[in-house]
Parts: sequence; C-alpha cells; structure tokens
Amino acid sequence: MTETLLETRDLDVTFRRGRDRVPAVRDVSIAVTRGESYGIVGESGSGKSTVLRAICGLAPVSGGQILLDGAPIPDPRDAAFYRRVQMVFQDPYASLHPRHTIDRVLSEPLAIHGFDRREERIEQALAEVGLGEGFRFRYPHQLSGGQRQRVSVARALILEPQVLLLDEPTSALDASIQAEVLNLLDRIRTERGLTYVMVSHDLAVVAHMCDRLMVMQHGRMVEELTRDQLRGRAAATDYTRQLLQASKGYTPAA
Amino acid sequence: MTLSREWLLSDRPASRRQARMGQAYRTWLGFRGNWLAMVGLGVVVLLIGLAIFADVIAPFDPVIPGDLRTERFLPPGTGAHLLGTDDQARDIFSRIVHGSRLTLMVVALVSVIATPIGMLVGTTAGYFGGWTDAILMRITDIFLAFPRLILALAFVSALGPGIENAIIAIAITSWPPYARLARAETLTIRDSDFINAARLQGASSIRILWGHVTPLCLSSVIIRVTLDMAGIILTAAGLGFLGLGAQPPQPEWGAMIASGRQFLLDFWWVATMPGIAIFIVSLGFNLLGDGLRDVLDPKARK
Repeated sequence: MTETLLETRDLDVTFRRGRDRVPAVRDVSIAVTRGESYGIVGESGSGKSTVLRAICGLAPVSGGQILLDGAPIPDPRDAAFYRRVQMVFQDPYASLHPRHTIDRVLSEPLAIHGFDRREERIEQALAEVGLGEGFRFRYPHQLSGGQRQRVSVARALILEPQVLLLDEPTSALDASIQAEVLNLLDRIRTERGLTYVMVSHDLAVVAHMCDRLMVMQHGRMVEELTRDQLRGRAAATDYTRQLLQASKGYTPAA
Repeated sequence: MTLSREWLLSDRPASRRQARMGQAYRTWLGFRGNWLAMVGLGVVVLLIGLAIFADVIAPFDPVIPGDLRTERFLPPGTGAHLLGTDDQARDIFSRIVHGSRLTLMVVALVSVIATPIGMLVGTTAGYFGGWTDAILMRITDIFLAFPRLILALAFVSALGPGIENAIIAIAITSWPPYARLARAETLTIRDSDFINAARLQGASSIRILWGHVTPLCLSSVIIRVTLDMAGIILTAAGLGFLGLGAQPPQPEWGAMIASGRQFLLDFWWVATMPGIAIFIVSLGFNLLGDGLRDVLDPKARK
C-alpha cells in the first residue's frame, strides 16, 4: 500500500525576468504516497506555494523531475494530467471569475473534458461540498468567502482527480469557517480516497490534516516529520523547533 | 414563470436565464438612478426611433426640392416647415430626420467593424505577451500614428468620395485605442487565479481568451466605444462638410452644414439646425457613455 503517486526529484524553480534570476525552490524532493495527505509548511516566501505551482505547470521548472505514477509529467501539461491533478487556490475572492455563475464555473471543466451526465455531476458536486441547489445559478459576488471556497473545491473535484493540491485553502477565511472547510476536505478525502498535498503556514492546520509534512526555508527542504513527531515536538533542526515555538502563539518574555 | 421584480432580484435563481436576466436587471437599476445617463439614453433611443420611422415622421421629401420661387429660405416656423427650408426649398426638419439614418449607420458600422478588431488584437497581445505582444502592439502604434482625419481624407480621395468609404476610413483609424485598452485590461487579469484555474482545467487559449478574458474587457471597451461615438459622428460630419463623405443630395448633417455656410449671415437656420442635431446626438452618446461607465466599470464601483 505504500505506493508513491506523486514525486519530485531535486526540483528547482527559478523565476527569470530579463537578466534577473530569482531562485525560488532548490533541490526539493518529496514522495507522496497514494491516499496520503502531505503537508508543506514554512514561513512566507519559503517557496512552499511555488512547489505546488511548479507541479501543475504555473511556475517554471528549471531543474529536476516531477513524476506522477512513476512517469515524468509532460511539459506543457496535457489534458490527461489535469484530469488527475487539480488545485484549490488560496484566495477564494480571486479564484472565481466575477462574471461567471457557479453553474458556468462547474460546467466548463466538464465541457472541456467531454464528460457525460453534466447536470447530475454539477448537482452532485454542489451537494458534496454542502451547497444546495439554490446556489447553482448565483454569481460569486452573491456568496461568502467560505461558500466561494466550497465552490473552488467543487470545481477541483468535478473532474474526479486523484491528487488535490491545496494552496493554503483556509488562510483567507475566518477561524470558524476554516474548521468547516477543513472538515469538508478531510471528509472528501476519506470518502474518495484522494491524495492531498497541502501547503500552509499554520502548523495546527497541518497537524490536523496531514500524515506527513515537510518544512521549508529559503526555498530548501529543512526536514520531514510525521504527524506523531510533530505532535511530540520531536524536531531535529533548530528552525523547526523555532517554528513549533512560534506556533504556540505569543508568550511574554519571562 | 412571471417576470416580477422579486423573480428578477431573487438571490436563489433557479435557471441560467433567471440568473442572467437578474444580473441585467441589477445593472439597469444602477443605470436608472443616474438621470444624466437616462437623458443620454433617451437621446439615443430618440435617434433610433427617428431613423426607423423617418418616412412617417418627416412631413416632406428630404431630397426633392420644393417650389424654388416661393419656398426657398423660409425661416423656422413658417407654415408646415418647422425648422425652415434651405436654398433648394427643401424642408430642413425632414432632412435632419432622414439624416439620422446616415448618422446611425455610420456609428453602427464603425463600432461593428472597429470594436471586434480592437478586442481581438488587444486581448491576444495581452494574453500571450512576448513576441506576439510586441508585433501586434507595434502594428497598433503604426495605426495610432496616422492622423485620423487626414488618413480618412487620403483614403476617401483614393477610393472616391461616399459615405461607405468614409465609414471604412473611420473604422480603420478608430480600432487602435480599443486594442490598447483591451490589452491593458488583459494584462491585469492574465495572471489572476481564476485564469490560472481555467488553465488548470485544461482550457485552451482560445477558450480562455473568448470565455474568460473578453467578458472582463468588454465593459470598458463598450464604455470607450460609446464615448467615442460622438467623435465618430463629428468625423463623419467633418468628412461630409469637406465634401468627401455623403454626397449631395443625401441629407447628411455635416454636408448640410457645409451647404448652409454660404448663407450663414442671412439665413442662419440652414447651417444651425443640423449643427444642433449633431450637438445633441454627440452629447447624448457622451452622457450615455458616462452612465455606462458608472454602472459597468468594476474599478469605479464602490
């Protein structure tokens, strides 16, 4: 059962503009097992979101390999790849087209990939993320942040992917809504046997959601931990210990 | 299914049609609150009405002269001649009414030709960037460097005077600003998450350009086209005035001013009446454009 589904080997991402080169990710190697939930944590600018974007072709890969089911994924990504890997973006206010109804948002991927039974699939996808029929023909501006993020999740799931890339899916939401969306994601993963790669700066979220996690700093891997190690605060490096300390919140100096 | 206010404003629309109509109704409510824009809309609707029902509204024939001995240069309000008569003893009101058809045709054809060209060039350049952008925008720059009226003059003198050639000339010189506008709008949304999301669903570039980018550029381009309509009318009138647009005896407003200018001091109304018509219609389109900007421009909202 420990079969590797998604893997990166020495992944490098470099952003170029004219002569400027910004190395964003260096030598990142992760191996995500089928059915696992894998977390990537780190401070702002550590390159954790860039890893996800590189996997789905939104950031330029300058070195290393990305493998899906042991096979290198094509560049540019093909339709078959997008059937298997989908992403949920961080900001639900920016990830839905302001002039498209929810119906349009959900029917477009079905049209692109030539799915059948579209009506049923849309209704089912909305029901699955806890949005009733009344939401189907609304525009994004008629929805709250949490509802929008549910629509984003539905959009990603409607193609029935195997891997879901989650780029800080709850960081733009209120604490109470965060829990709702996280529980929703957790439930869907159990039901569908999905594989998650989740980026977050919130260790509590990652501890709740992920079986294993990687800590990143300055575009490099710092260390890999299991959930139990994280809970037991058994970190091997100073940086991770600092992160763990910081995640406890503000403690007045003694 | 009844067309009620509640049905339109429902926040739980039950069908695609209801959602779309509800959105249109909300835009209309926003537009209705702006009385200047409503005046503009009124002027434009009036112009369209005049053009459609010109044969019914105009009391006299716009082209056939009246009695040249007794009916030339009658001042406004003489008998049945509401706005007086011109040097050919033709009723000026009837000529203005029939001239609305020419004006409307110019405006409609120019916007139908220029807007799609500008949108296509601008969104393509903005979305793909790099070499595509450089080549398309340099072509746009070349067209922008032509002085509008002079190019139109050259074009019309090459192809021969006439309203159709004037329309083509104006259309050729008026698309570059739309291309620039569409490109600028495209640049701001090209890297947004909802476009990335469409890419991640495997959408082709054409699908993204047409279904995702164009709808967001359309409102600012429509606003710009509406505001430019006054300029288009004035250019067409200017060409008519110079004798290169509509040819006599067509009742084009610019040409009417041109023929009336010889008698401006003695018979002021011959040139003034079509001038007022041009003024009102241009103002109407400007007010309409301003109103549309208030309602449609996402940046001006809130």
